[in-house]
Amino acid sequence: MITLAKDTLTKADVQDSLKDIFSHYEGEKHELIPILQETQEKFRYLPAAAMREISRFLGVPEANIYGVSTFYAQFKLTPLGKKVVRVCRGTACHVRGSGKVLAEMEKQLGIKAGETTDDMEYTLETVACIGACALAPTMTIDSETFGKMTTKKVAEVLGDRSSNKG
Amino acid sequence: MTEAAIKGNGKKRTIFICQGTGCVSGKSLEITEALKKSVAEQGISGVNVDFTGCHGFCEQGPVAIVEPEGIFYTHVTVADMPEIVESHFKNGKPVERLFYKDPASGQAIPYHKDIKFYSMQQRIILRNCGRINPERIEDYLATGGYEALKKVLKEMTPKQVIEELKRSGLRGRGGAGFSTGQKWEFCHNAPGDQKYMICNADEGDPGAFMDRSTMEGDPLTVIEGMTIAAYAIGASEGYIYIRAEYPLAVKRVRLALKLAEEKGFLGNKILGSNFSFRIHVKEGAGAFVCGEETALMASIEGKRGMPRSRPPFPATSGLWGKPTTINNVKSLATVPVIIARGADWYASTGTEKSKGTCVFALTGKIANCGLVEVPMGIQLRKIIMEIGGGIPGGKKFKAVQTGGPSGGCLPENYLDQPVDYESLTAAGSMMGSGGMVVMDEETCMVDVARYFLSFTQAESCGKCVPCRVGTKQMLDVLIRICGGEGRPEDITLLQEMGNNIKAGSLCALGQTAPNPVLTTLRYFRDEYEAHINEKRCPAMVCTALVRYYILPDKCMACGICARNCPVEAITGAKRMVHVIDQEKCVKCGTCLEVCPEKFSAITKVSGKELDVPREPTPIRVEKPKVQAVT
Repeated sequence: MITLAKDTLTKADVQDSLKDIFSHYEGEKHELIPILQETQEKFRYLPAAAMREISRFLGVPEANIYGVSTFYAQFKLTPLGKKVVRVCRGTACHVRGSGKVLAEMEKQLGIKAGETTDDMEYTLETVACIGACALAPTMTIDSETFGKMTTKKVAEVLGDRSSNKG
Repeated sequence: MTEAAIKGNGKKRTIFICQGTGCVSGKSLEITEALKKSVAEQGISGVNVDFTGCHGFCEQGPVAIVEPEGIFYTHVTVADMPEIVESHFKNGKPVERLFYKDPASGQAIPYHKDIKFYSMQQRIILRNCGRINPERIEDYLATGGYEALKKVLKEMTPKQVIEELKRSGLRGRGGAGFSTGQKWEFCHNAPGDQKYMICNADEGDPGAFMDRSTMEGDPLTVIEGMTIAAYAIGASEGYIYIRAEYPLAVKRVRLALKLAEEKGFLGNKILGSNFSFRIHVKEGAGAFVCGEETALMASIEGKRGMPRSRPPFPATSGLWGKPTTINNVKSLATVPVIIARGADWYASTGTEKSKGTCVFALTGKIANCGLVEVPMGIQLRKIIMEIGGGIPGGKKFKAVQTGGPSGGCLPENYLDQPVDYESLTAAGSMMGSGGMVVMDEETCMVDVARYFLSFTQAESCGKCVPCRVGTKQMLDVLIRICGGEGRPEDITLLQEMGNNIKAGSLCALGQTAPNPVLTTLRYFRDEYEAHINEKRCPAMVCTALVRYYILPDKCMACGICARNCPVEAITGAKRMVHVIDQEKCVKCGTCLEVCPEKFSAITKVSGKELDVPREPTPIRVEKPKVQAVT
C-alpha cells in the first residue's frame, strides 16, 4: 500500500502562477510538456486544478493531459516532501550494491521508494542513472550528490540533514 | 622535469578544474572558489583559474590540470588548494602527493599525457572535453571550432557534404549503427519545404554518460555538427531533445546556443550565406523509450512518447509529418572533424565496416572508471585490463555488459574479440550507446539479468503486447529463480519467450529487451542451473538463497553482531558463542560486515546448511566440527 499525500490545491491557489507561466507560451498543443514541467517546478507536483486550467489554455482534453502526465516519470500527481531523496539504481550502482543502500534508506525513513514520510519531510525515489557512475553507488538529496555510498553512510547523510532542520 | 617545464616555459599558466557532473559531485565548484581565493591571498600573478567539462577520468575526480605543462592532479580537495598555490605556483614545485599513482607500480605520474588511461585512447568525439572552457565560445574557436561550418557554407553543396559523410563511413553512434551519410541523403531527397534536424540527447541507458559529458564539456561541437547536418538535409529548424535529469548539460547547451547565435553561427543567413537555422531545446520528461526516434518525436509534439511502426521512416515523415533526421550526440560531435580533416583521414581509423572511434562509459567493477574513446576494432581486453586498469581488489573478471539494458553479457573468452558493430552483434550483444559495465566473480548473472529486465519492463510503453506482457512474464520467472522457486522448465521457457519478444515487438526497446537474459543463458547457463536445481547462488548475491552462520570455533562472544543486527536475530551472552536464528534473519549481511576481522566468525553460504548449535554454547570449551548436512 503506497501512502500518498493529498492534492489539496484549488483553482484559486493555482490561477496567478499559471497566468505567469501561460504568458510566455502561444497556447499550442506541443507546448504541453514544457508547461507541465514549469507547473511542476512551481508547485512541486501537478495539482488537478492546474491540469484543468492547462486543458482550457491549450484546448487539449483533460484526459490527454492526464495521459501525458502519468506517462513520464518526471511528473508527480501528489505533493512531494520537503526533501527529495533519490537513490540511483543504474547498472554501475547496482553491481556496486545500490540495492542495499536503497533498502537501508527505506528502513531509516520508514517508507518505500515512491512514498513520502507522514511529516512531509522526505520523499524517497529511485532514479535510473544520474551519470556519475565513477561514484557508484550514488544518491542525491535535492541537488546534492553523495557518492560511494554504503549502508553505514545512509544514517550519516540523513543525519546531516535532520540536524540542519534547526 | 626540467626547470622550464615546471615554470611552464615562462608562459602564463592556467589551472583547469574539472566541472563535469562527477567532479561537481566531488565538490569541484567549492574547490574552484577556494583556489581563486588562495591565488588572490598569496598574491600570485600570471596564474589563471579556469574550469573545463568532463575529463573522463572520473575515478580520480575531482581532477585539475595545469597548462601548458600538463601537470595532472587527482582527488583534489578544498584543503589542497593553498598548497598547490604555494608549492607549485609560487615555488615551482608541483605537489607530488596529488599526482596520479600507477596502480601496478605505485609510481607517481605527473603528466597527463603519460597516464596509460589517456595515452592509449584516441580522442575524436571527446577531443575538446576537459581541454576547453565549455562556457566560452572563444575557447571553442581557438581549437578550430566552426572552421568546418565555414568550409561547408563557402565551398560545399549539401550533396557534397552528404558524399563526404558517406565516404567517411560514419555510422550512427546511438546504437543501431546506420550510415549517417545515407540517413542524411534519404532526408535530403525527401520532398517537402519544411524539414527538421533533431539531436537525440535522451541518453537513458543506466551506466552510460558520454552524451552528457560531451554536452557538458563541448556543447558547441554538437551544435556545429547539427548545423552542418541541417544544411545537408535542408532543415531550417532543429531540436535538441535532452534529459531533464542532466541539469548541467541543459544549462551549458542553452548557453552555447545563445553564444553561437550572438556570433552569427546560428539564426538568419548564417555567416553571410543564404542558409538559416534555429535550434530549440526540449527537455525530456523521463521516459527511456523516448530514445527511440518515433517516440522522441511524439514527445516533442507534446504527446505520450510511444513509438509507432515504421515505415514511414522519419526521413520522409517525421516530426509533424515532415521529413526529419535524428542523430545521436556523438555522431554529430564527429561531423565537424570529418569535414575539417576529410573523410579519408577519418576512415583510416577503425575496421573495414566500422570506421572511426567509439566512446565507452567504463563502469562497474573496474579500477579506472570513466569515459574512454578508442579506435573501432580494439580488443575488449585492452579496454578493460589496460586502459581500465583491470578489476580492483584482486577479484576475478566474470563478464562485461555492453549496450546497456538492450545489450548482452559477454564472458572472458570474448575479451580478445575486436569491438565493432558486427562482432558485438554476432556475440549476442550490441554496441548500443556505449555503456560498458564490468562484472567480477561477486556478481550473480541471474540477478543481473533480472535487474536489466526489471528496468526495461518498467520502461515498456505498453503499446505492443509482446513487450508489455512478455517482459513482465519473463521478469516473473527470473524473480522466481532468484527467489529459490525456479523450476527445471524455466530455462526453456525464458528462451522461448525471449525469442518471441525479440521477433514480435514494435520497437527496439522490446526487440532488444531479452538480450541480457538470452546472453546470460548462453554463456552462464550453469548459474541458472545452480539456482534452479541446487537452490544455490554461486556468487552468493540472491538473498533468498544465502544463509549466514556464526562459526562456533571462531566466535569470541564480543557481541558486536548482536548489537548491530537490525532484526534481533542473534542471541548470545558473555563468553557464549552467538547464534543466528535462521527464521528471523533477513540476510542483510550486517553481521558479516561488523564482525571484527581478527575473528572472522561469520560465514555466508549458499545451497547448503551448516550444522552449528541452535543455542548459545560456551566459547572454546570444545571446538565442534562444522559439517555441511545438505
